[in-house]
Amino acid sequence: MIQLTHLQKLEAEAIHVLREVAATAQRPVLLYSIGKDSAVLLHLAMKAFHPGKPPFPLLHVDTTWKFREMIAFRDRRVSELGLELIVHVNADGVAAGVNPFSVGSRVHTDVMKTQALRQALDTHGFDAAIGGARRDEERSRAKERIFSLRSAGHRWDPKGQRPEPWRLFNTRHKPGETFRVFPLSNWTEADVWAYVAAENISVVPLYFAAPRPVVQRDGTWIMRDDNRMELRPGETLETRWVRFRTLGCYPLTGAVESRATTLPAIIEEMRLSRWSERQGRLIDSDGAASMEQKKQEGYF
Amino acid sequence: MSAALDLHHGGYSAAGALDVRAPGLLRFITCGSVDDGKSTLIGRILHDAGAVPQDQLDNLEADSRRFGTQGSAPDFALLVDGLAAEREQGITIDVAYRYFATPRRAFIVADTPGHEQYTRNMATGATGADLAVILVDARKGLLPQTLRHAFIVSLVGVRRVVVAVNKMDLVGYNEAVFREIERAFHADTATLGFIDAVVLPVSALTGDNVLAGSPHTPWYEGPTLLSHLETVDTESAPVAQVAPFRLPVQWVNRPDPTFRGLSGSVASGTVRTGDAITVLPSGTASTVKSILGPAGPQQSAGAGEAVTLCLADEVDASRGDMLVAAGDRLVPSSRFRGRLLWMSTNPPDPANILLRVHNVTAPAILTVNDRIDIETYERHAAETLPLNGIGHVTITSDRPLVVDPYWRDRDLGAFILMDRVSDETVALGVIDAVEAGPAGRERATGQDVPLRARVLRLLAPEPPASADRLAEAVVWRLVISALFGVIVMVLTGSLAIGFAAGLADAVARTLLRAALRDLLAQIQLRRGDVHIDGSGI
Ligand SMILES: Nc1nc2c(ncn2[C@@H]2O[C@H](COP(=O)(O)OP(=O)(O)O)[C@@H](O)[C@H]2O)c(=O)[nH]1
Ligand SMILES: [Mg+2]
Repeated sequence: MIQLTHLQKLEAEAIHVLREVAATAQRPVLLYSIGKDSAVLLHLAMKAFHPGKPPFPLLHVDTTWKFREMIAFRDRRVSELGLELIVHVNADGVAAGVNPFSVGSRVHTDVMKTQALRQALDTHGFDAAIGGARRDEERSRAKERIFSLRSAGHRWDPKGQRPEPWRLFNTRHKPGETFRVFPLSNWTEADVWAYVAAENISVVPLYFAAPRPVVQRDGTWIMRDDNRMELRPGETLETRWVRFRTLGCYPLTGAVESRATTLPAIIEEMRLSRWSERQGRLIDSDGAASMEQKKQEGYF
Repeated sequence: MSAALDLHHGGYSAAGALDVRAPGLLRFITCGSVDDGKSTLIGRILHDAGAVPQDQLDNLEADSRRFGTQGSAPDFALLVDGLAAEREQGITIDVAYRYFATPRRAFIVADTPGHEQYTRNMATGATGADLAVILVDARKGLLPQTLRHAFIVSLVGVRRVVVAVNKMDLVGYNEAVFREIERAFHADTATLGFIDAVVLPVSALTGDNVLAGSPHTPWYEGPTLLSHLETVDTESAPVAQVAPFRLPVQWVNRPDPTFRGLSGSVASGTVRTGDAITVLPSGTASTVKSILGPAGPQQSAGAGEAVTLCLADEVDASRGDMLVAAGDRLVPSSRFRGRLLWMSTNPPDPANILLRVHNVTAPAILTVNDRIDIETYERHAAETLPLNGIGHVTITSDRPLVVDPYWRDRDLGAFILMDRVSDETVALGVIDAVEAGPAGRERATGQDVPLRARVLRLLAPEPPASADRLAEAVVWRLVISALFGVIVMVLTGSLAIGFAAGLADAVARTLLRAALRDLLAQIQLRRGDVHIDGSGI
């Protein structure tokens, strides 16, 4: 009997879940947020339905504050693969002048990400949104099912989750209820990088160290990606060798100082790191249960 | 593939980073009654194994002061009780999945809730586990909930358990207390079919016998909890290796008129290109033309692989159908008996039950035969089941389904029940026996296997992994038989006798081997009978 390796088992499980969504949802969509987890998810979706294309479009909820390199990477990937991409921006939020500086990270994230996602799902009538979240990312995510039910208002009820024994997913839902589906639930950050290396998956160059214009703010390095970000009194822009462990809105994503310019170097650096990847995310430290709260409100 | 890494060595280290040395993976759960220390134990393991990043440790300190149950000392349970409601109440509501690794093994651990109210979440964690750590509070001994969890663990087929007698610090590390719990556990769960139940004295709070040995238990000579988990055998039963090929069709892949593939995850056995297969329940025969795996075309596929098969003929097959090796003795049936855990506050409503088994969902009628007392494991007459009740049932589906007892084939024998009105998942269960009902069709036979494939298969010494190895084996067999013929010819001086001897050698040895292999498979399947999950009840 052929023994599957750890990564091969994770790969098989994720493909199984992707096919399950395709087979059971009326109108599924893949939430593509351009980061490494999305890159792996997209790669797996291409495999699951090969030689066909994934039978669902990609959705990017654009807060308009993503790194420019992310957007360039997104557009290149999508055209290379010949897939359908829906980009959704919360126009009301833009009109109201919501941005990370005017209203702070919390409101910005709520309006431009959480509400925007709900708008996009409702507008297009998607009943299953596939995402790249992993249980090892954060303690409330560690509690999440693979097929996670959301009520008609997109709320997550962490105390009333459906049992999910074996791989016998209950994919039934009432009109208005939707699923978030997480094929990478059982992957760790290290698994993701090992898979990126093993499969030669291309990722946004921001994950690799390079000299970048950064400023020290709130105890972390913030990259000034364009001149919408104004320097506060006493702040100076410096060029430093940095890279990112996760990618989000640039004013809210901390960089780490690093010289890791290759995948093996990144993997080695991560092995030695004593900090979790979410440490660089300013939006997570808003409050003790903040991720859980955001998830309850419909955040991905 | 990059030169630096390959798929065959992936694992992760304690800090969550890749460790190429990590060999296997162990999935385990912690279970037992409320407050026996399950979450604290997992937190303690994660902490001592260095698997908690610094930012989470910083949070732990603040959280412990605010919600902790241990004064100013860190409350390790807060590392795993991740929901706000759990932290406020100091309880576990839903399963937490955590990932860590030591140089010897990677682990996925599910910390499950002890409250009876959340039994459904405990059961969710138990399915798919290789091993269960059952916690017992040394001061309280075995509680009803301990026995209920032991039963559920056995029901879903977890054969290996570790009993962690916890809070030894609160009983002065008293050996007599430990021995009594050890004796009681073995006595009370003797009928559950556990193959190796190791009992350990630990303290999750102080860490005694968790990662490091304890100076307080000189009378205990066994392994620490982690060293046991690192070395315990996880090999699946031998049955899995001789099991016939089965693949539940999950998705039909037809992107354009030129391609039609059947996608799904292999439940058991191995399939190779050229193999004869049967589509059940229809019974249509065909041959495997090609196999597409995650990395492209492949010659064979085994259990657990997610693949797409192309067949030589345009056969009718869709989601819910089963591809099996020609000759598989599976008979579709619409009636089976099993055991289930009822997970709804409403009693079963026979008119609104939907059954899901592998990829089929079908309306079904549920008959409760009896209820099992979770403290004594005795059977009592019953017609309905309360929330968290476990009982024997008979299920009749509206059409013949391709199912098999759980002890023989997990993917074909595990089921859930859903309520058609509320859409909720109301039960999970396992099939014990399939009735050859009126709808049972003729057996799928081996008659449709192409002669060439059958002869090649007979000649091969054991199920080979690839066509190359098969060809190699066939050549060897013929070479050896030819050599034997030549020797006989030289000895007897007769070309005819030599030729006949060579031929006889090739045929006799092949048949003998095939017969032996069949016998071995039969014996192993019988042995499987003895280890029926949750056996003896
Ligand atoms: N003295 C002592 N207390 C413990 C030990 N293990 C857990 N506890 C305490 O027992 C209580 C319940 O622990 P918890 O892990 O939440 O139990 P669970 O319900 O089984 O998850 C908490 O106050 C723990 O600090 C132990 O080994 N010794
Ligand atoms: Mg707990």
